[in-house]
Amino acid sequence: MGKQATRVMVNGKSYARVVDARLTLADFLRHELNLTGTHLGCEHGVCGACTVLVDGRTARSCLMFAVQANGCAVTTVEGLAPDGQLSVLQQAFIDNHGLQCGFCTPGMLMTLTELLGDTPEPSEQDVREALTGNLCRCTGYAGIVAAALDAAQRLRGTVAKPGSP
Amino acid sequence: MDRRVEPGGDDVGPMKPAPFEYHAPRQLKDAAELLARLPNAKLLAGGQSLVPMMNFRYVIVDHLIDLGGLDELRGTAVVDGALRIGAMTRQRDLEFSPEVARQCPLLAEALRHVGHRQTRNRGTMGGSLAHADPAAELPAVCAAYDATVHALSVRGIRQIAFREFCTGFMATALAPDEMIAAVDLPIWRLGHGHGFHEFARRQGDFAIAGAAALLDVGADNVVRRAALTLFGVAASPLRVEAAEAQLAGKPLDAAAIRAAAAAAWLIAPISDIHAGGEYRRHLAQVLSARALNDAARRAGVEA
Ligand SMILES: Cc1cc2nc3c(=O)[nH]c(=O)nc-3n(C[C@@H](O)[C@H](O)[C@H](O)COP(=O)(O)OP(=O)(O)OC[C@H]3O[C@@H](n4cnc5c(N)ncnc54)[C@H](O)[C@@H]3O)c2cc1C
Ligand code: FES
Ligand code: FES
Repeated sequence: MGKQATRVMVNGKSYARVVDARLTLADFLRHELNLTGTHLGCEHGVCGACTVLVDGRTARSCLMFAVQANGCAVTTVEGLAPDGQLSVLQQAFIDNHGLQCGFCTPGMLMTLTELLGDTPEPSEQDVREALTGNLCRCTGYAGIVAAALDAAQRLRGTVAKPGSP
Repeated sequence: MDRRVEPGGDDVGPMKPAPFEYHAPRQLKDAAELLARLPNAKLLAGGQSLVPMMNFRYVIVDHLIDLGGLDELRGTAVVDGALRIGAMTRQRDLEFSPEVARQCPLLAEALRHVGHRQTRNRGTMGGSLAHADPAAELPAVCAAYDATVHALSVRGIRQIAFREFCTGFMATALAPDEMIAAVDLPIWRLGHGHGFHEFARRQGDFAIAGAAALLDVGADNVVRRAALTLFGVAASPLRVEAAEAQLAGKPLDAAAIRAAAAAAWLIAPISDIHAGGEYRRHLAQVLSARALNDAARRAGVEA
Protein backbone atom coordinates (compact mmCIF):
# COMPACT_ATOMS: atom_id res chain seq x y z
CA MET A 1 0.00 0.00 0.00
CA GLY A 2 1.05 3.53 -0.65
CA LYS A 3 4.06 3.14 -2.96
CA GLN A 4 5.04 6.34 -4.67
CA ALA A 5 7.78 7.56 -7.00
CA THR A 6 9.98 10.36 -5.75
CA ARG A 7 12.92 12.16 -7.30
CA VAL A 8 15.13 14.09 -4.92
CA MET A 9 18.34 15.99 -5.53
CA VAL A 10 20.62 15.23 -2.58
CA ASN A 11 23.94 17.04 -2.24
CA GLY A 12 23.84 17.85 -5.96
CA LYS A 13 23.07 14.31 -7.12
CA SER A 14 19.64 13.24 -8.39
CA TYR A 15 18.05 10.08 -6.99
CA ALA A 16 14.82 8.50 -8.25
CA ARG A 17 13.18 5.86 -6.08
CA VAL A 18 9.84 4.22 -5.56
CA VAL A 19 9.20 4.28 -1.83
CA ASP A 20 6.48 3.77 0.75
CA ALA A 21 4.62 7.04 1.19
CA ARG A 22 5.14 6.73 4.94
CA LEU A 23 8.94 6.60 4.64
CA THR A 24 10.31 9.71 6.32
CA LEU A 25 12.90 11.81 4.54
CA ALA A 26 15.33 10.93 7.35
CA ASP A 27 14.92 7.18 6.81
CA PHE A 28 15.08 7.71 3.05
CA LEU A 29 18.45 9.44 3.42
CA ARG A 30 19.80 6.90 5.89
CA HIS A 31 18.43 3.62 4.56
CA GLU A 32 17.81 4.19 0.85
CA LEU A 33 20.81 6.41 0.13
CA ASN A 34 23.07 5.22 2.97
CA LEU A 35 23.73 8.81 3.98
CA THR A 36 23.92 8.08 7.69
CA GLY A 37 25.33 11.45 8.68
CA THR A 38 21.78 12.64 9.34
CA HIS A 39 20.97 11.40 12.84
CA LEU A 40 17.66 10.50 14.42
CA GLY A 41 17.18 11.27 18.09
CA CYS A 42 13.52 11.71 18.94
CA GLU A 43 11.68 11.23 15.63
CA HIS A 44 9.02 13.71 16.66
CA GLY A 45 10.52 17.06 15.88
CA VAL A 46 12.04 18.07 19.20
CA CYS A 47 15.78 17.31 19.18
CA GLY A 48 16.91 18.68 15.81
CA ALA A 49 19.50 15.94 15.19
CA CYS A 50 17.83 15.15 11.85
CA THR A 51 17.97 18.74 10.52
CA VAL A 52 18.77 19.02 6.80
CA LEU A 53 18.36 21.82 4.26
CA VAL A 54 15.38 21.48 1.91
CA ASP A 55 15.64 23.97 -0.94
CA GLY A 56 18.15 25.87 1.19
CA ARG A 57 16.06 26.04 4.36
CA THR A 58 16.39 23.97 7.50
CA ALA A 59 13.78 21.29 8.08
CA ARG A 60 13.40 18.34 10.38
CA SER A 61 13.77 15.30 8.13
CA CYS A 62 11.88 13.14 10.67
CA LEU A 63 8.77 15.31 10.08
CA MET A 64 8.83 15.12 6.28
CA PHE A 65 7.97 12.21 4.07
CA ALA A 66 10.39 11.40 1.27
CA VAL A 67 7.53 11.81 -1.21
CA GLN A 68 7.10 15.42 -0.05
CA ALA A 69 10.68 16.10 -1.10
CA ASN A 70 9.84 15.13 -4.69
CA GLY A 71 11.47 17.78 -6.89
CA CYS A 72 13.37 19.36 -3.98
CA ALA A 73 17.08 19.89 -3.44
CA VAL A 74 18.23 18.47 -0.11
CA THR A 75 21.59 19.16 1.55
CA THR A 76 22.79 16.86 4.31
CA VAL A 77 25.88 17.08 6.51
CA GLU A 78 27.72 14.99 3.90
CA GLY A 79 27.12 17.86 1.47
CA LEU A 80 29.08 20.30 3.65
CA ALA A 81 32.38 18.59 2.88
CA PRO A 82 31.90 17.15 -0.59
CA ASP A 83 35.58 16.40 -1.27
CA GLY A 84 36.50 15.64 2.31
CA GLN A 85 37.51 19.28 2.78
CA LEU A 86 35.79 20.51 5.96
CA SER A 87 33.69 23.65 5.72
CA VAL A 88 34.77 26.72 7.68
CA LEU A 89 32.01 25.99 10.20
CA GLN A 90 33.07 22.37 10.62
CA GLN A 91 36.68 23.40 11.20
CA ALA A 92 35.51 25.95 13.75
CA PHE A 93 33.62 23.18 15.61
CA ILE A 94 36.87 21.23 15.93
CA ASP A 95 38.86 24.29 17.01
CA ASN A 96 36.30 25.38 19.62
CA HIS A 97 35.36 22.02 21.14
CA GLY A 98 31.93 22.29 19.50
CA LEU A 99 31.34 18.55 19.79
CA GLN A 100 31.88 15.67 22.13
CA CYS A 101 29.91 12.52 21.24
CA GLY A 102 28.92 14.07 17.91
CA PHE A 103 25.33 12.89 17.90
CA CYS A 104 23.79 16.36 17.68
CA THR A 105 26.55 17.72 15.44
CA PRO A 106 25.02 17.14 11.98
CA GLY A 107 21.86 18.98 12.99
CA MET A 108 23.84 21.75 14.67
CA LEU A 109 25.93 22.21 11.52
CA MET A 110 22.90 22.40 9.24
CA THR A 111 21.09 24.92 11.45
CA LEU A 112 24.19 27.09 11.76
CA THR A 113 24.90 26.83 8.03
CA GLU A 114 21.48 28.38 7.44
CA LEU A 115 22.02 31.01 10.14
CA LEU A 116 25.41 32.10 8.78
CA GLY A 117 23.87 32.30 5.31
CA ASP A 118 21.06 34.67 6.34
CA THR A 119 22.85 36.43 9.23
CA PRO A 120 26.53 36.99 8.42
CA GLU A 121 27.12 38.97 11.63
CA PRO A 122 25.16 37.05 14.27
CA SER A 123 25.19 38.12 17.90
CA GLU A 124 25.58 35.49 20.60
CA GLN A 125 21.82 35.88 21.18
CA ASP A 126 21.12 35.18 17.48
CA VAL A 127 23.20 32.00 17.67
CA ARG A 128 21.55 30.83 20.88
CA GLU A 129 18.10 31.52 19.48
CA ALA A 130 18.84 29.58 16.29
CA LEU A 131 20.07 26.67 18.42
CA THR A 132 16.91 26.45 20.54
CA GLY A 133 15.71 23.89 18.02
CA ASN A 134 18.76 21.65 18.48
CA LEU A 135 19.45 19.73 21.67
CA CYS A 136 22.96 18.76 22.81
CA ARG A 137 23.40 16.51 25.84
CA CYS A 138 27.20 16.81 26.04
CA THR A 139 28.75 20.20 25.45
CA GLY A 140 26.59 22.60 27.43
CA TYR A 141 26.41 24.58 24.14
CA ALA A 142 29.26 26.98 25.03
CA GLY A 143 31.67 25.39 22.54
CA ILE A 144 29.01 25.28 19.85
CA VAL A 145 28.16 28.96 20.29
CA ALA A 146 31.87 29.85 20.23
CA ALA A 147 32.33 27.81 17.06
CA ALA A 148 29.44 29.58 15.34
CA LEU A 149 30.74 33.03 16.24
CA ASP A 150 34.27 32.06 15.23
CA ALA A 151 33.05 30.68 11.89
CA ALA A 152 31.04 33.84 11.23
CA GLN A 153 34.16 35.91 11.81
CA ARG A 154 36.30 33.67 9.59
CA LEU A 155 33.70 33.82 6.84
CA ARG A 156 33.72 37.61 7.01
CA GLY A 157 37.52 37.45 6.68
CA THR A 158 38.15 39.14 10.01
CA VAL A 159 39.79 36.43 12.09
CA ALA A 160 40.67 37.60 15.55
CA LYS A 161 44.33 37.20 16.45
CA PRO A 162 45.01 34.50 19.03
CA GLY A 163 44.78 36.01 22.48
CA SER A 164 42.68 38.99 21.44
CA PRO A 165 39.10 39.11 22.79
CA MET B 1 19.16 -1.58 10.67
CA ASP B 2 15.96 -2.54 12.43
CA ARG B 3 13.87 -3.73 9.51
CA ARG B 4 10.33 -4.60 10.48
CA VAL B 5 8.17 -7.15 8.74
CA GLU B 6 4.52 -6.15 8.54
CA PRO B 7 1.76 -8.77 9.01
CA GLY B 8 1.41 -9.05 5.23
CA GLY B 9 4.97 -10.40 5.08
CA ASP B 10 6.43 -7.36 3.30
CA ASP B 11 9.85 -6.27 4.44
CA VAL B 12 9.11 -2.57 4.71
CA GLY B 13 12.22 -1.22 6.39
CA PRO B 14 12.23 1.27 9.22
CA MET B 15 8.84 2.92 9.43
CA LYS B 16 7.13 4.93 12.09
CA PRO B 17 3.66 5.89 10.84
CA ALA B 18 1.01 3.38 9.81
CA PRO B 19 0.66 2.96 6.04
CA PHE B 20 -1.39 5.46 4.06
CA GLU B 21 -2.09 6.49 0.50
CA TYR B 22 -0.43 9.81 -0.46
CA HIS B 23 -2.15 12.38 -2.66
CA ALA B 24 -0.53 15.53 -3.98
CA PRO B 25 -3.26 17.53 -5.77
CA ARG B 26 -2.15 20.39 -8.02
CA GLN B 27 -5.53 22.15 -8.09
CA LEU B 28 -7.51 23.45 -5.14
CA LYS B 29 -10.73 21.92 -6.44
CA ASP B 30 -9.02 18.51 -6.68
CA ALA B 31 -7.94 18.82 -3.05
CA ALA B 32 -11.49 19.66 -1.97
CA GLU B 33 -12.85 16.79 -4.03
CA LEU B 34 -10.37 14.30 -2.50
CA LEU B 35 -11.18 15.50 1.02
CA ALA B 36 -14.90 15.06 0.37
CA ARG B 37 -14.54 11.63 -1.21
CA LEU B 38 -11.77 9.75 0.64
CA PRO B 39 -12.58 7.96 3.90
CA ASN B 40 -10.36 8.58 6.95
CA ALA B 41 -8.34 11.24 5.14
CA LYS B 42 -6.32 14.10 6.61
CA LEU B 43 -4.74 17.20 5.15
CA LEU B 44 -0.97 17.61 5.37
CA ALA B 45 0.31 21.20 5.58
CA GLY B 46 3.70 21.80 7.22
CA GLY B 47 3.54 18.48 9.06
CA GLN B 48 5.04 19.98 12.22
CA SER B 49 2.11 18.88 14.40
CA LEU B 50 0.56 16.12 12.31
CA VAL B 51 3.67 14.06 11.53
CA PRO B 52 4.79 13.77 15.19
CA MET B 53 1.31 12.41 15.97
CA MET B 54 1.56 10.01 13.02
CA ASN B 55 5.02 8.89 14.11
CA PHE B 56 3.58 8.04 17.53
CA ARG B 57 0.57 6.47 15.81
CA TYR B 58 -1.73 8.71 17.82
CA VAL B 59 -3.08 9.50 14.38
CA ILE B 60 -3.60 6.75 11.82
CA VAL B 61 -4.97 7.78 8.44
CA ASP B 62 -5.80 5.90 5.27
CA HIS B 63 -5.22 8.91 3.05
CA LEU B 64 -2.96 11.93 3.35
CA ILE B 65 -3.73 14.91 1.11
CA ASP B 66 -0.63 17.10 0.79
CA LEU B 67 -1.51 20.77 0.28
CA GLY B 68 2.15 21.60 -0.41
CA GLY B 69 1.69 21.84 -4.18
CA LEU B 70 -1.19 24.33 -4.09
CA ASP B 71 0.29 27.71 -4.95
CA GLU B 72 -3.20 29.24 -4.74
CA LEU B 73 -3.06 28.78 -0.95
CA ARG B 74 0.22 30.68 -0.54
CA GLY B 75 0.90 34.37 -0.06
CA THR B 76 -0.57 37.54 1.41
CA ALA B 77 -2.67 40.39 0.00
CA VAL B 78 -4.63 43.34 1.35
CA VAL B 79 -8.34 42.82 0.55
CA ASP B 80 -11.08 45.18 1.82
CA GLY B 81 -9.06 46.56 4.69
CA ALA B 82 -7.85 43.17 5.86
CA LEU B 83 -4.60 41.26 5.44
CA ARG B 84 -5.53 38.01 3.71
CA ILE B 85 -3.11 35.17 4.43
CA GLY B 86 -3.23 31.98 2.38
CA ALA B 87 -3.46 28.85 4.52
CA MET B 88 -0.23 27.35 3.15
CA THR B 89 1.87 30.46 3.73
CA ARG B 90 4.88 29.34 5.77
CA GLN B 91 5.31 30.85 9.21
CA ARG B 92 8.89 31.84 8.38
CA ASP B 93 7.77 33.74 5.27
CA LEU B 94 5.23 35.66 7.35
CA GLU B 95 7.88 36.37 10.00
CA PHE B 96 9.97 38.26 7.44
CA SER B 97 7.17 39.71 5.33
CA PRO B 98 7.36 43.54 5.21
CA GLU B 99 3.61 43.55 4.55
CA VAL B 100 2.89 41.64 7.76
CA ALA B 101 5.26 43.89 9.73
CA ARG B 102 3.48 46.98 8.40
CA GLN B 103 -0.17 45.87 8.49
CA CYS B 104 -0.30 43.36 11.33
CA PRO B 105 2.74 43.93 13.55
CA LEU B 106 1.20 41.84 16.36
CA LEU B 107 1.35 38.80 14.07
CA ALA B 108 4.97 39.53 13.17
CA GLU B 109 5.92 39.68 16.84
CA ALA B 110 3.98 36.54 17.77
CA LEU B 111 5.63 34.49 15.00
CA ARG B 112 9.03 34.73 16.66
CA HIS B 113 7.63 32.62 19.49
CA VAL B 114 6.19 29.85 17.30
CA GLY B 115 8.55 26.90 17.68
CA HIS B 116 11.98 27.21 16.11
CA ARG B 117 13.32 28.43 12.78
CA GLN B 118 13.36 24.84 11.51
CA THR B 119 9.68 24.31 12.36
CA ARG B 120 8.68 27.77 11.05
CA ASN B 121 10.35 27.00 7.71
CA ARG B 122 7.77 24.24 7.20
CA GLY B 123 4.86 25.12 9.49
CA THR B 124 1.97 27.08 8.00
CA MET B 125 -0.63 29.62 9.07
CA GLY B 126 -3.56 27.33 8.22
CA GLY B 127 -2.03 24.30 9.91
CA SER B 128 -1.61 26.16 13.17
CA LEU B 129 -5.22 27.41 13.14
CA ALA B 130 -6.65 23.98 12.23
CA HIS B 131 -4.54 22.27 14.91
CA ALA B 132 -5.91 24.78 17.46
CA ASP B 133 -3.54 24.04 20.31
CA PRO B 134 -4.71 26.07 23.35
CA ALA B 135 -1.15 27.39 23.85
CA ALA B 136 -0.54 28.26 20.19
CA GLU B 137 0.30 31.86 19.33
CA LEU B 138 -1.33 32.21 15.91
CA PRO B 139 -4.90 31.39 16.97
CA ALA B 140 -4.46 33.94 19.79
CA VAL B 141 -3.43 36.59 17.27
CA CYS B 142 -6.44 35.75 15.09
CA ALA B 143 -8.69 36.08 18.14
CA ALA B 144 -7.19 39.51 18.91
CA TYR B 145 -7.82 40.75 15.36
CA ASP B 146 -11.35 39.25 15.14
CA ALA B 147 -10.17 37.36 12.09
CA THR B 148 -12.36 35.64 9.52
CA VAL B 149 -11.54 32.11 8.37
CA HIS B 150 -12.36 31.12 4.80
CA ALA B 151 -13.39 27.46 4.84
CA LEU B 152 -13.40 25.76 1.46
CA SER B 153 -15.14 22.56 0.39
CA VAL B 154 -16.81 21.11 -2.70
CA ARG B 155 -19.88 23.03 -1.46
CA GLY B 156 -18.10 26.37 -1.85
CA ILE B 157 -16.49 28.88 0.52
CA ARG B 158 -17.91 29.63 3.97
CA GLN B 159 -16.72 32.47 6.17
CA ILE B 160 -16.31 31.72 9.85
CA ALA B 161 -15.81 34.49 12.42
CA PHE B 162 -12.83 33.54 14.57
CA ARG B 163 -15.00 33.94 17.67
CA GLU B 164 -16.89 30.87 16.44
CA PHE B 165 -13.91 29.03 14.98
CA CYS B 166 -12.36 27.50 18.11
CA THR B 167 -15.04 25.28 19.63
CA GLY B 168 -13.06 23.61 22.40
CA PHE B 169 -9.79 21.89 23.23
CA MET B 170 -8.09 21.40 19.84
CA ALA B 171 -11.48 21.49 18.15
CA THR B 172 -12.70 23.81 15.40
CA ALA B 173 -15.89 24.65 13.56
CA LEU B 174 -14.53 23.11 10.34
CA ALA B 175 -16.70 20.34 8.88
CA PRO B 176 -14.85 17.10 8.04
CA ASP B 177 -14.85 17.99 4.33
CA GLU B 178 -13.73 21.60 4.85
CA MET B 179 -10.24 23.06 4.67
CA ILE B 180 -8.94 26.48 5.57
CA ALA B 181 -8.17 28.35 2.36
CA ALA B 182 -7.21 31.68 3.93
CA VAL B 183 -7.67 33.89 6.95
CA ASP B 184 -8.43 37.63 6.94
CA LEU B 185 -6.94 39.83 9.68
CA PRO B 186 -8.69 43.25 9.73
CA ILE B 187 -5.99 45.93 9.67
CA TRP B 188 -5.97 48.38 12.56
CA ARG B 189 -5.39 52.10 11.96
CA LEU B 190 -1.77 53.05 11.28
CA GLY B 191 -0.19 54.17 14.55
CA HIS B 192 -2.03 51.68 16.74
CA GLY B 193 0.02 49.85 19.35
CA HIS B 194 0.57 46.15 19.83
CA GLY B 195 2.11 44.02 22.57
CA PHE B 196 2.84 40.31 22.83
CA HIS B 197 4.28 38.46 25.81
CA GLU B 198 4.42 34.81 26.68
CA PHE B 199 6.04 32.69 29.32
CA ALA B 200 7.57 29.38 28.23
CA ARG B 201 10.22 27.23 29.87
CA ARG B 202 12.54 27.65 26.88
CA GLN B 203 12.45 29.87 23.80
CA GLY B 204 10.43 27.98 21.19
CA ASP B 205 8.43 25.83 23.61
CA PHE B 206 4.68 26.06 23.74
CA ALA B 207 3.73 28.83 26.17
CA ILE B 208 2.46 28.11 29.66
CA ALA B 209 0.52 31.34 29.27
CA GLY B 210 0.60 34.38 27.03
CA ALA B 211 -1.12 37.68 26.26
CA ALA B 212 -1.64 39.65 23.05
CA ALA B 213 -2.83 43.27 23.08
CA LEU B 214 -3.92 45.85 20.51
CA LEU B 215 -4.62 49.49 21.40
CA ASP B 216 -5.88 52.29 19.19
CA VAL B 217 -5.38 55.57 21.04
CA GLY B 218 -6.60 58.94 19.74
CA ALA B 219 -4.61 62.18 19.77
CA ASP B 220 -6.54 63.11 22.91
CA ASN B 221 -5.01 60.06 24.64
CA VAL B 222 -8.42 58.39 24.78
CA VAL B 223 -8.58 54.69 23.88
CA ARG B 224 -10.74 54.24 20.81
CA ARG B 225 -10.46 50.50 20.67
CA ALA B 226 -8.77 47.77 22.70
CA ALA B 227 -8.28 44.03 22.28
CA LEU B 228 -6.71 41.77 24.90
CA THR B 229 -6.37 38.03 24.30
CA LEU B 230 -4.98 35.37 26.63
CA PHE B 231 -3.76 31.98 25.47
CA GLY B 232 -2.52 28.84 27.19
CA VAL B 233 -4.97 29.44 30.02
CA ALA B 234 -8.17 27.96 28.60
CA ALA B 235 -9.25 25.41 25.98
CA SER B 236 -8.96 28.09 23.31
CA PRO B 237 -7.82 31.73 23.10
CA LEU B 238 -9.76 33.97 25.47
CA ARG B 239 -10.71 37.59 24.80
CA VAL B 240 -10.72 39.50 28.08
CA GLU B 241 -13.80 41.56 27.33
CA ALA B 242 -13.95 43.05 30.82
CA ALA B 243 -10.49 44.56 30.32
CA GLU B 244 -11.37 45.86 26.86
CA ALA B 245 -14.54 47.51 28.16
CA GLN B 246 -12.59 49.14 30.98
CA LEU B 247 -10.05 50.64 28.59
CA ALA B 248 -12.32 51.78 25.75
CA GLY B 249 -13.43 55.42 25.75
CA LYS B 250 -11.17 56.41 28.65
CA PRO B 251 -7.80 58.13 28.90
CA LEU B 252 -4.88 55.71 28.83
CA ASP B 253 -2.50 55.83 31.77
CA ALA B 254 -0.67 53.47 34.11
CA ALA B 255 -3.67 53.13 36.41
CA ALA B 256 -5.95 52.21 33.48
CA ILE B 257 -3.53 49.51 32.38
CA ARG B 258 -3.24 48.15 35.93
CA ALA B 259 -7.00 47.96 36.22
CA ALA B 260 -7.37 46.27 32.84
CA ALA B 261 -4.68 43.68 33.63
CA ALA B 262 -6.43 43.00 36.92
CA ALA B 263 -9.49 41.93 34.92
CA ALA B 264 -7.43 39.02 33.58
CA TRP B 265 -7.42 37.81 37.19
CA LEU B 266 -11.08 36.82 36.98
CA ILE B 267 -10.57 33.90 34.68
CA ALA B 268 -10.58 30.28 35.83
CA PRO B 269 -7.44 28.93 34.18
CA ILE B 270 -6.58 25.35 33.25
CA SER B 271 -4.26 23.34 35.45
CA ASP B 272 -1.94 20.64 34.09
CA ILE B 273 1.49 19.06 34.58
CA HIS B 274 3.21 22.21 33.26
CA ALA B 275 1.64 24.66 35.70
CA GLY B 276 -1.18 24.92 38.19
CA GLY B 277 -4.21 27.15 37.75
CA GLU B 278 -3.09 29.65 40.40
CA TYR B 279 0.24 30.14 38.64
CA ARG B 280 -1.42 30.59 35.26
CA ARG B 281 -3.79 33.14 36.77
CA HIS B 282 -0.81 35.08 38.07
CA LEU B 283 0.94 34.86 34.69
CA ALA B 284 -2.20 36.00 32.88
CA GLN B 285 -2.25 39.20 34.88
CA VAL B 286 1.48 39.92 34.66
CA LEU B 287 1.68 39.17 30.94
CA SER B 288 -1.46 41.23 30.23
CA ALA B 289 0.12 44.22 31.91
CA ARG B 290 3.33 43.80 29.92
CA ALA B 291 1.47 43.39 26.62
CA LEU B 292 -0.73 46.42 27.31
CA ASN B 293 2.28 48.51 28.34
CA ASP B 294 4.07 47.67 25.10
CA ALA B 295 0.94 48.45 23.12
CA ALA B 296 0.53 51.80 24.88
CA ARG B 297 4.16 52.74 24.29
CA ARG B 298 3.92 51.83 20.60
CA ALA B 299 0.73 53.86 20.34
CA GLY B 300 2.75 56.82 21.56
CA VAL B 301 1.61 56.85 25.19
CA GLU B 302 4.10 56.64 28.04
CA ALA B 303 1.93 54.88 30.60
C1 LIG C 1 9.59 21.25 18.32
C2 LIG C 1 8.29 21.93 17.98
C3 LIG C 1 7.94 23.08 18.67
C4 LIG C 1 6.74 23.73 18.38
N1 LIG C 1 6.42 24.85 19.08
C5 LIG C 1 5.27 25.51 18.80
C6 LIG C 1 4.92 26.69 19.49
O1 LIG C 1 5.64 27.19 20.35
N2 LIG C 1 3.74 27.29 19.16
C7 LIG C 1 2.89 26.78 18.20
O2 LIG C 1 1.85 27.36 17.95
N3 LIG C 1 3.22 25.67 17.52
C8 LIG C 1 4.38 25.03 17.80
N4 LIG C 1 4.67 23.87 17.11
C9 LIG C 1 3.71 23.40 16.08
C10 LIG C 1 3.85 24.22 14.80
O3 LIG C 1 5.18 24.14 14.40
C11 LIG C 1 3.00 23.73 13.64
O4 LIG C 1 3.46 24.39 12.50
C12 LIG C 1 1.52 23.98 13.69
O5 LIG C 1 0.97 23.59 14.93
C13 LIG C 1 0.77 23.18 12.63
O6 LIG C 1 1.03 23.70 11.37
P1 LIG C 1 1.50 22.77 10.18
O7 LIG C 1 1.47 23.61 8.96
O8 LIG C 1 2.79 22.16 10.52
O9 LIG C 1 0.31 21.73 10.09
P2 LIG C 1 0.26 20.13 10.03
O10 LIG C 1 1.06 19.54 11.12
O11 LIG C 1 0.52 19.67 8.65
O12 LIG C 1 -1.30 19.93 10.33
C14 LIG C 1 -1.85 20.14 11.63
C15 LIG C 1 -3.33 19.80 11.60
O13 LIG C 1 -4.06 20.75 10.85
C16 LIG C 1 -4.73 20.14 9.75
N5 LIG C 1 -4.62 21.09 8.64
C17 LIG C 1 -3.47 21.57 8.11
N6 LIG C 1 -3.74 22.49 7.16
C18 LIG C 1 -5.09 22.61 7.10
C19 LIG C 1 -5.98 23.42 6.33
N7 LIG C 1 -5.53 24.31 5.42
N8 LIG C 1 -7.31 23.27 6.53
C20 LIG C 1 -7.79 22.39 7.46
N9 LIG C 1 -6.99 21.61 8.20
C21 LIG C 1 -5.65 21.71 8.03
C22 LIG C 1 -4.02 18.82 9.53
O14 LIG C 1 -4.88 17.88 8.93
C23 LIG C 1 -3.65 18.46 10.95
O15 LIG C 1 -4.73 17.89 11.61
C24 LIG C 1 5.87 23.21 17.38
C25 LIG C 1 6.25 22.07 16.66
C26 LIG C 1 7.45 21.42 16.95
C27 LIG C 1 7.82 20.19 16.18
S1 FES D 1 14.91 13.20 15.16
FE1 FES D 1 13.98 14.81 14.06
S2 FES D 1 13.86 16.35 15.53
FE2 FES D 1 14.58 14.67 16.72
S1 FES E 1 27.99 16.43 21.33
FE1 FES E 1 26.90 14.82 22.26
S2 FES E 1 24.86 15.48 22.04
FE2 FES E 1 25.95 17.20 21.35
